[in-house]
Amino acid sequence: MLKISSYLFLAILSVHNIVSADEISVNGFIQGNYSANLNRPNPDGSDFKWAEEKMQLKISADKEPFYLFIKTDLSYEHIDEKSDLELREGYIDYLADNWDLRLGRQVITWGTGDLVFINDIFPKDYEAFFSGRPMEYLKKGSDAVKIGMYPAFASAELVIIPFFEHDNFPSKRRFRMFDPMRGVTDRYKEEPSTKFENTGIALRVYRNIAGFDTSLYFYRGFFRQESMQPDSVSAPTRLTLFYPRLSVYGASLQSRAFDGIVSFEAGFYDSRQDRHGTDPMIPNQSTRFLTGYQKQIWEDFTLGLQYYALYMNDYYQYEKNLPAGFPKEKEWQDIFTVRLTHLFMHQTLKFSFFSFWSFSDEDYMLIPEVKYNFTDHLWAASGINIFGGGEEWTRFGSLDRNDNLYVQMRYEF
Amino acid sequence: MMRYLIILFVLFLPIQSQALTAQEIVKKSQKAFLYQGKDFKARVLMKLITKSGRERIREMTMLRKNYGTSGGEQKYFIYFFKPADVRDMTFMVYKYPGRDDDRWLFIPAINMVKRIAARDKTSSFVGSDFTYEDISGRDLEDDIHTLIKEEKLGGRECHVIKSRPKAGDVNYSYKLSWIDKENFLPLKEKFYDLKGDLMKVFTADRFGEIKGYPTVVERTMKNIRSGHRTEVTFLKTDYNTGIPDRLFSERFLKRPPKKWIK
Repeated sequence: MLKISSYLFLAILSVHNIVSADEISVNGFIQGNYSANLNRPNPDGSDFKWAEEKMQLKISADKEPFYLFIKTDLSYEHIDEKSDLELREGYIDYLADNWDLRLGRQVITWGTGDLVFINDIFPKDYEAFFSGRPMEYLKKGSDAVKIGMYPAFASAELVIIPFFEHDNFPSKRRFRMFDPMRGVTDRYKEEPSTKFENTGIALRVYRNIAGFDTSLYFYRGFFRQESMQPDSVSAPTRLTLFYPRLSVYGASLQSRAFDGIVSFEAGFYDSRQDRHGTDPMIPNQSTRFLTGYQKQIWEDFTLGLQYYALYMNDYYQYEKNLPAGFPKEKEWQDIFTVRLTHLFMHQTLKFSFFSFWSFSDEDYMLIPEVKYNFTDHLWAASGINIFGGGEEWTRFGSLDRNDNLYVQMRYEF
Repeated sequence: MMRYLIILFVLFLPIQSQALTAQEIVKKSQKAFLYQGKDFKARVLMKLITKSGRERIREMTMLRKNYGTSGGEQKYFIYFFKPADVRDMTFMVYKYPGRDDDRWLFIPAINMVKRIAARDKTSSFVGSDFTYEDISGRDLEDDIHTLIKEEKLGGRECHVIKSRPKAGDVNYSYKLSWIDKENFLPLKEKFYDLKGDLMKVFTADRFGEIKGYPTVVERTMKNIRSGHRTEVTFLKTDYNTGIPDRLFSERFLKRPPKKWIK
């Protein structure tokens, strides 16, 4: 564990170096992003899931062995009529010969999944994804230290996350959703505090073995989705929303095969506060699998398929302890995804279709999208997020009345 | 003494002047065009130009390192400067003779390295008129090569080779190449479609000599049917720069060293 003093030392050293940086570059974009409801207005009355103009600035300064990067968004959001300045990423890199270090807010993406995650345990913003915002807004930054180590036999990334960041799920103001405890309005949120024993640790060790990109993963921290703890199961008056302790042990493999790319990923979710599955309010331990295949069918046309399955351990205990009236999850849950991408006009026009389909829950989400690059600087994309099927409490079924049409326009400089 | 010399001369003469086979010419051309030096580095400027003259720019640094002999394994590392929406993306290819490449793409917006499924044979490179194969070459054994004539092109003596693919793995039926007799660089290539009509034309437009290696520094690929063309200029071309093996790794794909990409 690095001490604060070494952070400071590095920061001072970096700032000193960056003042005389070899190269400072400034890039960014101006963007309009709007998403209109296709079924009914939001619970808050708005016809829009998202309506925002924004400017992003990316500033980087390079002075080896240091590198500074800042990505910041200045935006105005029309639904809440508020402006915002957000630091999306901001970090300093130190590069040594066979190790490096990144300190600050950073986006980290692990695993082989395409919009399905097992070992990518870093924070995400699902509300952004379901509201038709550009894909990169699905990922949130982690305030962390990442140490990369590159000895000859394998490479490793160790991430130390002192500050907990939860996933962002669709809010009740913007999305019409199922809530099993609708009547209980007294809610209290309890996030893991910043202290030594709550520090998140994530490790990935990887290397190529006989043509396979192979990774092993470990995570020790918290679930990023909240659990609800009522003060009384029979007559609840108050809910505590909290993030249970979690460890994940996983692996992935990816290789060229069958004229395309094949991937496998698995992870064991050790739900440390409910190891026997007796607490129905905390997720049970689970084992998760993902297999994927992508292939170019013909020029500029690619197909991607994935199958994800989750097996809930100690299902008997879960069933036994689940209070009456609560929606019951299945022992096996799955998601099948299809991605089709077709490029036209020298790859400046893109039609894509992504779909999630769950056999176990019988619900789905469909995202048809078209994107066109008008010039080298200006592009626009439009698509529809369609939810349906299943029950009112299943993943996509619960969002049934939230279909939306989105438009993204971006001028990059 | 004179007699011996004449015998020696006669003995060596046929070997010296013996015509190269088409296969040998193509092999030499491949070496001169795609395998020159131990490694290669260039800032590549691509102009994609429509029939009406509208331009789009693709700008990148391309690094290439050879593993083994000409026609053998190569690794490519490409860093994109332009257009703006792909800035800072990097792309890595392990190219193997006789089988499909391994390819990885780094997407900086989500800090993700993604493996790419793509076929070389017919896929356009970044939307240009060049396919991946036009950029990094085609296996010598994939075609039947025939020397059909020798003629002058732009004042240079050339072998004209017809290369017909053995399998229907490409979208053209055959290719004619004008290969410079002296330096073995291709000066022109004409691709004919399955009906036998001219489909696209490659021309080498300007040459340079870098560290003693003759190099095509400007080239054009023109699509005859659509009128679309791509002009490529190599800036800051260099050979034998000592690109380290470890550059071709996920670590540097995510964080390309300034030294190698600028």
